[in-house]
Amino acid sequence: MATHKVTMKVNGKAVSGEVESRTLLVHFLRETLRLTGTHVGCDTSQCGACTVHMNGESVKSCSLFAVQCEGQDIQTIEGVATGDQLHPMQQAFKDNHGLQCGYCTPGMIMTALDMVRRIPSPSEQEIRKNLEGNMCRCTGYHNIVKSIAAGAKAMAGAR
Amino acid sequence: MYEFDYHKAKNVKDAVAIAKKQDEAKYLAGGMSLVPPMKLRLAKPGNLIDLNEVGELAGIKVDGKTVAVGAMTRHESVAESKDVKKAIPALAKLAGGIGDPQVRHRGTIGGSLANSDPAACYPTAVLGLGATIETDQRKIAADDFFTGLFETALKEGELITKVVFPVPDKACYIKFPNPASRFSIVGVFVSKKGNEVRCVVTGAGPCVFRVKGIEDALKKDFSPKAIENYKHPASGLNSDIHGSAEYRAHLITVLAKRAVAGAE
Amino acid sequence: MGAEFGIGASVKRKEDFRFVTGRGNYLDDINRPGQAYGYFVRSPYAHAKIAGIDAKKASKMPGVVRVLTGADLEADKIGGLICGWNVKSKDGTDTRMPKHPALASDTVRYVGDAIALVVAETYAQARDAAEAVKVKYDVLPAQIDVSKADKKGAAIVHADVRRNMAYDWEIGDKKATDAAFAKAAHVAKLDLVNNRVAPNAMEPRAAIGEYSASDDSFTLYTTSQNPHVARLVLSAFVQIAPEHKLRVVSPDMGGGFGSKIFIYPDETAVIWAAKKVGRPVKWTSDRAEAFQTDCHGRDHVTHVELALDQGGKFLGLRVSTKANMGAYLSTFASCVPSYLYGTLLQGQYTTGAIHCEVKAVFTHTTPVDAVRGAGRPEATYVIERIIDVAARDLKIDPADLRRRNMIQPNAFPYQTQVALQYDSGNYPAALTKALEIADYKGFAQRRDEAKRRGKLRGIGLSSYIEACGIAPSAVVGALGCGVGLYEGATVRMNPTGSAIVYIGSHSHGQGHETTFSQVVHERLGVPFEQIEIVHGDTGKIPFGMGTYGSRSIAVGGVALQNAVDKLIEKGRKIAAHKLEVAESDIQFKDGTYSVVGTDKKTSFAEVTFAAYVPHNYPAGLEPGMEATAFYDPANFTFPAGTHVCEVEVDPDTGGVEVVKWSACDDFGRIINPMIVEGQVHGGIAHGIGQALLEGCVYDKSGQLLTASYMDYAMPRADNFPTIKVDTIQTPCPHNALGVKGCGEAGAIAAPPAVVNAIANALNVKHVEMPATAERVWQALNA
Repeated sequence: MATHKVTMKVNGKAVSGEVESRTLLVHFLRETLRLTGTHVGCDTSQCGACTVHMNGESVKSCSLFAVQCEGQDIQTIEGVATGDQLHPMQQAFKDNHGLQCGYCTPGMIMTALDMVRRIPSPSEQEIRKNLEGNMCRCTGYHNIVKSIAAGAKAMAGAR
Repeated sequence: MYEFDYHKAKNVKDAVAIAKKQDEAKYLAGGMSLVPPMKLRLAKPGNLIDLNEVGELAGIKVDGKTVAVGAMTRHESVAESKDVKKAIPALAKLAGGIGDPQVRHRGTIGGSLANSDPAACYPTAVLGLGATIETDQRKIAADDFFTGLFETALKEGELITKVVFPVPDKACYIKFPNPASRFSIVGVFVSKKGNEVRCVVTGAGPCVFRVKGIEDALKKDFSPKAIENYKHPASGLNSDIHGSAEYRAHLITVLAKRAVAGAE
Repeated sequence: MGAEFGIGASVKRKEDFRFVTGRGNYLDDINRPGQAYGYFVRSPYAHAKIAGIDAKKASKMPGVVRVLTGADLEADKIGGLICGWNVKSKDGTDTRMPKHPALASDTVRYVGDAIALVVAETYAQARDAAEAVKVKYDVLPAQIDVSKADKKGAAIVHADVRRNMAYDWEIGDKKATDAAFAKAAHVAKLDLVNNRVAPNAMEPRAAIGEYSASDDSFTLYTTSQNPHVARLVLSAFVQIAPEHKLRVVSPDMGGGFGSKIFIYPDETAVIWAAKKVGRPVKWTSDRAEAFQTDCHGRDHVTHVELALDQGGKFLGLRVSTKANMGAYLSTFASCVPSYLYGTLLQGQYTTGAIHCEVKAVFTHTTPVDAVRGAGRPEATYVIERIIDVAARDLKIDPADLRRRNMIQPNAFPYQTQVALQYDSGNYPAALTKALEIADYKGFAQRRDEAKRRGKLRGIGLSSYIEACGIAPSAVVGALGCGVGLYEGATVRMNPTGSAIVYIGSHSHGQGHETTFSQVVHERLGVPFEQIEIVHGDTGKIPFGMGTYGSRSIAVGGVALQNAVDKLIEKGRKIAAHKLEVAESDIQFKDGTYSVVGTDKKTSFAEVTFAAYVPHNYPAGLEPGMEATAFYDPANFTFPAGTHVCEVEVDPDTGGVEVVKWSACDDFGRIINPMIVEGQVHGGIAHGIGQALLEGCVYDKSGQLLTASYMDYAMPRADNFPTIKVDTIQTPCPHNALGVKGCGEAGAIAAPPAVVNAIANALNVKHVEMPATAERVWQALNA
């Protein structure tokens, strides 16, 4: 089977690599680019640990082939902070104890950023509903919900 | 995942031509239903034809009488479309309740219909509004489209291009989700257009089906009360760890009543 | 020391920066030079004889390095996996511990039992080749139903275990209990099932085995809550290598919940394979494998009876349980439904006599071991459910019935009827506070309001107790445990005043790097950001028993505190020398040594510097500032509290919504309230998940029907309301920090609170877990 050369933008930088047709975006990010902040937690596209942004929208990188991302603009958790300066949403997760083991956290933050893009000041109910595609076993979601509300507020303040 | 060959289609003609040429070819739309079983090695297509850059397949057109949704239109676009919200609010709400935000950014109406998952949401709207499915070859009435478990009237290589929904007087979709997959244990779509009433159920059979008993009652009186005593037979309905046939039969009436009450 | 970073402050976690930026270092993030990938061939049958394994075709497939089978393991004399706790049966006999090879060569006993390990250049190639390994099975009947596993005609899991019985154990006084029942005014009875759950840490298990030929040593990178225990078992029992030639590293870990305590076949095969193929071998479980092979939890079938007198006093409790062990005895499986279950049946109450018998049986299912709470949720479920049944029978308010029977705050230490001695607590106070938070009095009004909306609203309580801080070694040793359950910690001061802590507790979400830093900062005054906590590496840490059973602060934290105290004592000698006074004149407070009654003082940092630059130094005193302490607790700790759940049921569909949650817990002294609260939230969600959503379901042939998130309902954000939690603090009297532990409380408390609330809403005796919409609808229409 043929391999494909694929070029895309990841966190603002042009990157390229050789992939099989069956290489998922998440594996391209983790194995080829060594961007290991994007995680895999299930096989059925439900847990959301692999959430990244494609052209500004949240997607599950375990359900996209790397070869499909030719020419696309991908953002991962590694591209959210500015150097060591945390993004307000990252800061909100830290300030509100929105994470424990941290495994689901990158996916949560990417989902949260997409949520605020669509709903600038989400209610508690809207936050809970919009986390349908992200699972966490540690926090009971309580502080994740709090973090996203605080992050949204901080982002609005920064605008 | 098994190996396969990947082809990027430029347009509909190109996509169909590749499908003709390649063995075991499948169209790749949003991939939300196709990729997970491939990862689990439950699906083994030899060739995938990616439709994601076929611009002519995406988009929504609303006129006074119909809403036409291109096959590659994402769920999110339908859910957020002002025109759809105005013309058929039930359709926008249904699209906004499929999967989760990430899935809605990728999933498409064409992919959902071609897959015909027994618990999917979109087929209820298609059958429930009496839509027409247009392909590269023909137009298929919704009543003729869904033929069985993961089976449709589509022929080998036939490609859905768009779905045309007639605008109803009112309609509503209510789903009772499986707490694990969040697909429907049972979902019910009802619509009323003039004297025509449709009531369509997903999750309870091999594919979506209409419920004549409810439709007849609603034709006389489009109110929850009219179907209060309707009892759907349990025989033949799906029965699994998420719900017995009896429970699903019961839910059909409960949800149909709520859909009638919520129709707008 | 500084209130900002000391004990009792909600210090923001120092580990968070790397996690929110994607810089965590989880196992699958690690790759070793020259690494190959492993994939396991697993049994698709619950019970079968292996008639033959043909790996010829697979071995020749692209990228395949080697296909290893059970025969190779046997040829290398690699031992089987073990269970570390011998629970003696009523008749004095030992727990039956059947052989558990890492790769089955003769018989497979559950779907997912590993048969061969395929090692290849890539993961995909290994998986491709694994499918080409041809295994011939003679399929045999499988025993899936736990309630019939010890009956005649049951399929036998292990030929050398009669009637599938691992043990038939009892605790308590049968005669006294019978006598209590004989004089009872009322006996409440209930049959219940504690549903089997899958642990579901979001990070699946993973391992990399590596062998160094130059010094004949092994390194196993693995997802382990207790790396030293893994090393001990892999060394002493599995015979991979002696302990000094085996290093176990467990880096950042995406949750454990018990599932990463155990020494599994997969990791064992991977470390052995590394030497076989002469390359590092990496294996990462996918979620389907995780569902099939991570040890499950709970799975009890129980009959319980509670005897009460006229006034509603609990006279006696009688419990009979059948506990599913699955196909093999996992590392600590045997102690979960016995010493972590029967010993907790006193609950918070003065019940006069208790007897409990437990039959632990094998079935052709995934092994069952500890999952968050382990035994204690099952005990709490039994007690708190039967109390509500009794309250319903006798028409007594459930809160009142509990209060009438609670052990009073002046009754400690309290000797229970089931071996434990409770050290401290104030159960009525926690109950009172929880009821206040819940506005228990206002419930009737909320119920009426819900009724107007067509909803059935119910309220349920759970007053739980747990035994944490596991555990006094002498006690567990006397009960058959094969190891001691102390913890070890080293504090190493650096010359410039920063500190590194090496501790056996393993953090995988609990925030140890922050909490332990607070403990060090509080006593020594070392700046919070200059304290590094190192865990999860047997090459660095002296020795440790790891993290489970809410033991990290109560055992590890106290070991750390004791190590800090040793440093203070050494520093006192240096300070006395420096300040030219007798040691007895030196006092130490807030990181400073001072001479009593004078303004002469020197800081711990200055003393530390002197210890490394000992130019002017006490004669005979060693240079350096480092201390190690091992702490073996004197008793368990006993966190307790009351949780109150309110649900609304949709009578048309049976759908249940948890609409309100209020809790008051007593964890003793709290180091970091923010982290403790987070632990409670997570535990509650875990418990609500078990009560409403989660459950492993097998079909009759032993296929696991809930092997993905499509069928196993994991709780999500919209399954919960805002949770209100508070605490009271009665310090633990027997450890230096006064702490009790908090990691499991919610998971223990929650299930009966939910089910009690549902039973209250429906006015029925019982609904089994998970209380799915259909079950509730059936209960309403029964």
